[in-house]
Amino acid sequence: MLLQQIINGLTLGSVYALIALGYTMVYGILELINFAHGEIYMIGAYLGIILLAFFTAIGLTAVSLPLTLLLVVVLAVVICSAYGFTVEKLAYKPLRSAPRLSPLISAIGVSIFLQNYVMLTQGATDKVFPSLFGSGGFRFLSTRVSYLQAAIIIVSAVMMLLLQAFVMKTKTGKAMRAVAQDKTMASLLGINVDRVISITFVVGSGLAAVAGVMVAAYYGLVNYFIGYIAGIKAFTAAVLGGIGSIPGAMFGGILLGLVESLGASYVSSEYKDAYAFLILIVILLVRPGGLFGKAPEEKI
Amino acid sequence: MGGIGRNAKKYSLPLLTAFWFSFLFLPFRGCRAAGILFVTLAVSIPFLTYVSNRLRKMTPRMERLQNTARKWGRFSPVLLLPLLAVPFAVDNYWVDVAVLSGIYVILALGLNVVVGYTGLLNLGFAAFYAIGAYSYALLNTALGLGFWSALPLSVGITTVAGFLLAFPAVRLKGDYLAIVTLGFGEIVRLVLNNWDSLTKGPNGISGIEAPSLFGAKLGDLSSYYYLVLAFVVITVFVMRRVEDSKIGRAWIAIREDEIASAAMGISTMRYKLYACAFGAFWAGIAGCLFAAKMRFVSPESFTFMESVLILCMVIIGGIGSITGAITGAVVLVFLPELLREAQMYRMIAVGSGLVLLMVFRPQGLFGRKNVSLGS
Repeated sequence: MLLQQIINGLTLGSVYALIALGYTMVYGILELINFAHGEIYMIGAYLGIILLAFFTAIGLTAVSLPLTLLLVVVLAVVICSAYGFTVEKLAYKPLRSAPRLSPLISAIGVSIFLQNYVMLTQGATDKVFPSLFGSGGFRFLSTRVSYLQAAIIIVSAVMMLLLQAFVMKTKTGKAMRAVAQDKTMASLLGINVDRVISITFVVGSGLAAVAGVMVAAYYGLVNYFIGYIAGIKAFTAAVLGGIGSIPGAMFGGILLGLVESLGASYVSSEYKDAYAFLILIVILLVRPGGLFGKAPEEKI
Repeated sequence: MGGIGRNAKKYSLPLLTAFWFSFLFLPFRGCRAAGILFVTLAVSIPFLTYVSNRLRKMTPRMERLQNTARKWGRFSPVLLLPLLAVPFAVDNYWVDVAVLSGIYVILALGLNVVVGYTGLLNLGFAAFYAIGAYSYALLNTALGLGFWSALPLSVGITTVAGFLLAFPAVRLKGDYLAIVTLGFGEIVRLVLNNWDSLTKGPNGISGIEAPSLFGAKLGDLSSYYYLVLAFVVITVFVMRRVEDSKIGRAWIAIREDEIASAAMGISTMRYKLYACAFGAFWAGIAGCLFAAKMRFVSPESFTFMESVLILCMVIIGGIGSITGAITGAVVLVFLPELLREAQMYRMIAVGSGLVLLMVFRPQGLFGRKNVSLGS
């Protein structure tokens, strides 16, 4: 029972972590809570269903399931990245020098827009993800782990390692870190700040798309409002780990998933969604820098 | 030649944006919907750009208009007269809408204190609205208190709640504060939804009594309209007095520059607490009026979208302006009623409207130019 809940929590947590990375990267660079990020994840989940239906219709699923799934994920990543890119260019870029709350309000606007657009075009009812994996699984230390859970945990771990390598080892990653540290100085040194910001949005949205497709497959149901609550939880995860810190977001996501899963089974499942908010409030009041981050310094 | 080049650039960008967006939505609905979206965007983006350019050019004229409005403000009791005639002039449906917009005017003015004057972005204002409505509903149905004895009690409860919730929150800044207030709002809604023994959960509380005055029941719509109108007038009057008072000036000083105002001897913590409690006070009144009008409350009325809607009212009209908050509330309540077929598109319009407003006219329709939203 306990181990089962831990596995469930890990699965949920790695999804939160993937979404949280998008929040934390954008916040690290722009100091903006990108409210629309949860909607990008929701769009990713919808794309998973739409693309899979499309590939099934043209008969690709029957030929090779793994190849189809790979194609679905890749296409979802590409389209979601395009969304992230567009949203940044339309709603945030014109506000780069505006007062700090203007882009936040603009982000809320984008989030409402995307949510309602998907509701209008896709309908307000749940969409079903076809069950492809059956109920297969394997035994692991006296508990059952489904293949899907294992896949989610492994894929998330791989994505996080890739991201870490991208940020730490490549030239673009170095530019991202430089922009996060000091935008003006970075641009003086010849870094194209606008381009780096776009890349950040593209990468973050791609990760959210992967999370969306996996969640659609895991729960089997997708709705237009899943983005809001998942977005808030992922943001909590990012704050928990220390916003702006990439390892922090991973750790925070997994911790939040565990807390939620264990809390739902041992404390109260009715208040499952409230745990994230409670943790968020307590963390912000007690240790605003999060577990790994630095406390925000006050400049005078 | 240069003119053509400039025009080509001016129109190619919106067209490109429209194309891009419709292309992005292709996987969702197929070619036809994407085509419709493209046409809509291709028409509306240049139109909105044109309107916003005109607005920008009209700023001096708008300011003159504002000054005239302020001058006329002295005669506002005279301007009230047509409002008194409303129940005789239109049918019940529109009186109902007017009552609702009156409640939202009070809410928007209350939030305007927090967001507009003090510059604290609150994303969970519906929580106080909910606390006001629920405490009135419970005092009325469970304890049998009448409107006039339950009103001060539930407003008191809401104010205390606003004070208590603000106590930890005001130490935070900017978007952290926004996210914590959002959390409070959601927690309040979840508690209302799950505390079945007290709030009857998602079913809500029904059978709330209509208010009475001097023994006469204010059951019918037109007398209720006058009651709400009276509260709106009181709210506007108090807000006007507060705006120019010592406290109001302290709030605005905090919004403009927190460090400088602290250096001038303003206790920023204390005045922020006042602002939150004062805002909650009006939300409490609006909550009572709402519960007494609907005779029914349920958690569904107090979602995050409700908070956002109230925030939109404050922002659209112009942050920190009384006229602006009133205009925003009236427009956002009446507009969807006028465009009933288009009601589905209300939230889409609200969303894109927020973005466009922030990009093109951050000070809102009637806002003053010098409002700075946080630092």
